[in-house]
Amino acid sequence: MADAPKMNSVGRPTAPAIDVETTSFKSLLGGRGLLQDEKLIFEWDDYSRTGVDFADIAIDASDLDGLIRDDLSLPGLTEPEAVRHYVRLSQKNHAIDLALYPLGSCTMKHNPRLNEKMARLPGLGDIHPLQPVSTVQGALRLMDSLAHWLKTLTGMPAVALTPKAGANGELCGLLAIKAAHEAKGQGHRRTVLVPSSAHGTNPATAAFVGYTVREIAQTADGRVDLEDLKSKIDDGIAAIMLTNPNTCGLFERDIIAIADAIHAAGAYFYCDGANFNAIVGRVRPGDLGVDAMHINLHKTFSTPHGGGGPGAGPVVLSEALAPYAPRPWVVAGESGLVLEEHGEDASQANFGRMCAFHGQMGMYIRALTYMLSHGSDGLRQVAEDAVLNANYIKASLSDVMSVPFPEGPCMHEALFDDRWLENTGVTTLDFAKAMIDEGFHPMTMYFPLVVHGAMLIEPTETESKAELDRFVAVLKALAEAALKGDVNRFKGAPYLAPAKRLDETRAARQPRLTYG
Amino acid sequence: MRYLPLSDTDRASMLDTIGVKSIDDLFVDVPAPARRDGTVDLPKYAGEMEVEAQLNAFAAENLSPSKAPFFIGAGAYRHHIPATVDHIIQRSEFLTSYTPYQPEIAQGTLQVLFEFQTQVARLTGMPVANASLYDGSTAAAEGVLMAQRITRRNKAVLSGGLHPHYRETIETLAHAVGIETEASALQVDGEAEVLQHIDANTACVVVQTPNLFGTATDLTEIAKAAQAAGALLIVVVTEVMSLGLLKSPGEMGADVVAVEGQSIGVPLSFGGPYVGLFAAKEKYLRQMPGRLCGETVDADGERGFVLTLSTREQHIRRDKATSNICTNSGLCALAFSIHLSLLGQTGLNRVARINYAKAHALKAELAKVAGVEVVTPRFFNEFTVKLPKAADAVVEALAAKGILAGVPVSRFDKTPEFANHLIVAATETVSDADIAALISALKEVL
Repeated sequence: MADAPKMNSVGRPTAPAIDVETTSFKSLLGGRGLLQDEKLIFEWDDYSRTGVDFADIAIDASDLDGLIRDDLSLPGLTEPEAVRHYVRLSQKNHAIDLALYPLGSCTMKHNPRLNEKMARLPGLGDIHPLQPVSTVQGALRLMDSLAHWLKTLTGMPAVALTPKAGANGELCGLLAIKAAHEAKGQGHRRTVLVPSSAHGTNPATAAFVGYTVREIAQTADGRVDLEDLKSKIDDGIAAIMLTNPNTCGLFERDIIAIADAIHAAGAYFYCDGANFNAIVGRVRPGDLGVDAMHINLHKTFSTPHGGGGPGAGPVVLSEALAPYAPRPWVVAGESGLVLEEHGEDASQANFGRMCAFHGQMGMYIRALTYMLSHGSDGLRQVAEDAVLNANYIKASLSDVMSVPFPEGPCMHEALFDDRWLENTGVTTLDFAKAMIDEGFHPMTMYFPLVVHGAMLIEPTETESKAELDRFVAVLKALAEAALKGDVNRFKGAPYLAPAKRLDETRAARQPRLTYG
Repeated sequence: MRYLPLSDTDRASMLDTIGVKSIDDLFVDVPAPARRDGTVDLPKYAGEMEVEAQLNAFAAENLSPSKAPFFIGAGAYRHHIPATVDHIIQRSEFLTSYTPYQPEIAQGTLQVLFEFQTQVARLTGMPVANASLYDGSTAAAEGVLMAQRITRRNKAVLSGGLHPHYRETIETLAHAVGIETEASALQVDGEAEVLQHIDANTACVVVQTPNLFGTATDLTEIAKAAQAAGALLIVVVTEVMSLGLLKSPGEMGADVVAVEGQSIGVPLSFGGPYVGLFAAKEKYLRQMPGRLCGETVDADGERGFVLTLSTREQHIRRDKATSNICTNSGLCALAFSIHLSLLGQTGLNRVARINYAKAHALKAELAKVAGVEVVTPRFFNEFTVKLPKAADAVVEALAAKGILAGVPVSRFDKTPEFANHLIVAATETVSDADIAALISALKEVL
């Protein structure tokens, strides 16, 4: 028999009634309490409102006769409506600021707010790319400083700042390589070697510039098979594209031998720098024989991912490739820094232009702020803590989850496969979705492709030991549940997310990409 | 170190759990010649106040438009951004999330992208739009590559009104994949000239409205003629605010539309990050580059959104992908979408009319200055004048007086014919006093 509810002196209950069924409750409006169901802006009845006060002036647009439109159909929201709409939507997202976001290969680390503040200084955020250079000397000096940091940290002599993201940087690197081969009369070189574990952007970029991709095998310990690589080198090889540390989270022990073999064949070494955060301040890619490497400022140097961009992908270049860097670039002139926009400097044979203007200045500001904050010692500590955290995860979970490459340390991310889930009825996908119910973002799944049912966990250096311990405890408990046969916990997961599992097949078969 | 939570005690205990003695033991796979003991030769760790001082020093060396009469456009425009926009995009859940790979916990980002795609489609007058590309110039280049995939033809014709940076970006990417380009010389009012260069191998013609010089053009006849010859019409718009007043590219018959979306929601930021809007006819959907967000249902039958048609993309198709693009310009797309939701059709049309009025008021005043000739016949918020002197020197002289006057065409193209041409823009941020200051200073300089 339950106790009678406790009441205060005016009859207000002060403790919950304990015999009420709460699990199957549905709200009247479809939301879940504070988590509101939010309609599309296009479902508002009245499109005529506006949240910005502009005068309704008449114009005589006779010069635009026949060019004026009368079909604008865009809903407008007043400011309070707009704020609610977007705040409600925001609450349906997971974010690094909420909890561990262990998406392997994506480097979801804390984004310092100082970086945001600096990017919004009027003298940096509110300047036009085509202002006279005499009025933007500080901006050019900032770009020059960023270039200096990137070159020093990588041990490379040159950098092209303009690429707008990692994949755009890959394109920049391969175009520089292509230009260099053509300049040497080696335009017949059309093959790029890519390991089977590579990011999808590597083969996509190589194919984009008209190169043929030749895949290199992997050894049993998760690294490039040097013998297979050597056997695939011929005089048609233009380059190798290699990620290091690789996508299995391992350092390529033979990297210098690989670089030597590639160079001996007259080809170039493109390094995918997505994982530079594992070695920054400790290892310089220039010491490994790299000719070109993009640096994802949004990974290693913590510019925010923003729900999928904008990123930035500057490319450091060796002496051999530096002359082919795309325009524009910053040079010292007689009266200050100059933006060389036309590539008229005779020492340069630039391959062209990657984009209008000078690249992702907003990201340069954030990345440089991050670098200045950490300094050379702090950046080295970043790499060490990132690697330490990943190895701690690996060590803590390897008794329950299977590790495909158990020999030796991993770098900044720990890779598991799905052998341990065999015969449980639970898949990698199910396991990942169950993590959502515990408040964690899933790890990267089914990548790299070389491992079956891959689970790639990258904790980053900005997680505390306490948070890692909490994460490990949850994964262990989930693993035990899976091994004990509690399949429902996984198959129906996530139960507690803003949405249940979504029908991706239906979305692709009947594409509905706009409202109405 | 304020961003690193591990203490030395934590580190020691974690090394112990891992079963190694020191952090160096975790870097043993690095070949010996590449191992470094000390730090690289760069400044050491710095506190927030010190870093802020350094960044302030960079900022102080720049002349911000917030402190000067400002008339620069030519592909990036200064507009008023409501305070709400920057507040919302700094919410943790938008700022510090990633590409929505797990739709159950990314419905916020996904619904925004679906709304963004719908806004872009309606604004451009096209049936489908993607979830954004890097910027307008790379969107234009992706449009050319898409035209080749669709038509299996290998030539792109570029108009003389196309922004030279866009032309160069297109040339770089097109040549990389083996597409030939034929570009007309700079022309103030000659978008239709592209038709003279179409041949049986032409995949597309690329035109711009308003163009580099500000000229607005009705493209209806160009679209018909290009399509009759089997080529796609790609329309570039660098000033998206113009679509609040001008006929949409879709209404004029465009096959593909590539727009720089910066004017709505995104600060100038010295050239980036910006947001490329990309829209096309429905039949070209499966050849589109970049991310697409689509509507579906979840296991309870509730409406939800997912990234879709990813079989076009690099992470599935690898070397057979339609492009190598991985991310979009997510946060800028969010800013664009918030700003456009605040404007709505009413606010967008109003601000567009104000832009028109400001620019035409500026034109009237400039036309009165002795020796200044307005060369743009029809325009929205930007036009070109021919000065009696070299425009670059005039711009430098005006900058010395604290006025940011416009962009000399010679910044893009050294052809003597255009040495005296100056492109000027006036948005809603320009005041009558700004115009008076420009006119008065210009008279002194000329």
